[in-house]
Amino acid sequence: MTAAAYAVPSVLIFLTSAGLILVGAIGVISVKNPVHAALSLIMTLFGVAVAFVAQSADFLAAVQIIVYAGAIVVLFLFVIMFLGVDRREHVTVEPLVGQRAFAGAGVFLTTGGLVALMAKSHWVSGAMSVSSPGAPIATGQGNVRELGTAVFTTYLFAFEATAALLIIAVVGAVLLARRERVTPVEEDAA
Amino acid sequence: MSVPAAWYLVLAAALFGIGAFGLLTRRSALIMFMCIELMLNAVNLTFVTFSRTLSDISGQAIVFFVMVVAAAEVTVGLGIVVAVFRRRSSTSVDELSELKG
Repeated sequence: MTAAAYAVPSVLIFLTSAGLILVGAIGVISVKNPVHAALSLIMTLFGVAVAFVAQSADFLAAVQIIVYAGAIVVLFLFVIMFLGVDRREHVTVEPLVGQRAFAGAGVFLTTGGLVALMAKSHWVSGAMSVSSPGAPIATGQGNVRELGTAVFTTYLFAFEATAALLIIAVVGAVLLARRERVTPVEEDAA
Repeated sequence: MSVPAAWYLVLAAALFGIGAFGLLTRRSALIMFMCIELMLNAVNLTFVTFSRTLSDISGQAIVFFVMVVAAAEVTVGLGIVVAVFRRRSSTSVDELSELKG
């Protein structure tokens, strides 16, 4: 089936998200300046958010923008600024001989095998379309209510556990990044 | 008719491949973290696509938890990068070779 058989808006949305995702991802792995890499990362995250909206995961798209593009990338930028902006990496230098070639071959084999496996098994589910007529994507309604119900009933334990995880992560980050303070008593002893 | 799920799955596989290649070849710890984010996003996209295809909300719930874990991972990871940078004045992972046998 050719691309012309599908609704034009959905094809355009897919191409937009694919362009954003791929250009941003290639930017992340190829640019020298870490600030530019972080900005490319934002581009990819926006592309993924577009793909989420196109598949009626509205809440996740909002969280993607707020948490990823808004918080995580800002955290990256803070650390980059903190460590110094002009620490560039020599992307053309290859310290291990043949590392790029081996990495490329391994990634190609893995990704190609994954795609071939999915294609062979009728994309696992056998369903041919992302959306069916009358689905939320057509009516313009998201599924925030369903997602909330699932998170607060079926996955309640996991949800509570994430609270503990975040507290542990925050305490750990503070401990790791804290400067060790030399007390006057120790200075006298030294 | 909307675009098939397969397109999104191939896109996610490509994004995962790009992220994995970057993780294997770049040696700045910050860029490696960004590549891990790329791979996590590829997996999230796959989860959402299958959630849509199978009409099962569990996929989206799992994406939610993946995002939480990714946020925690980045927080701790960047804390480690800052701590290492204080000691070594470098974020290159090649120079961290004290445990080399």
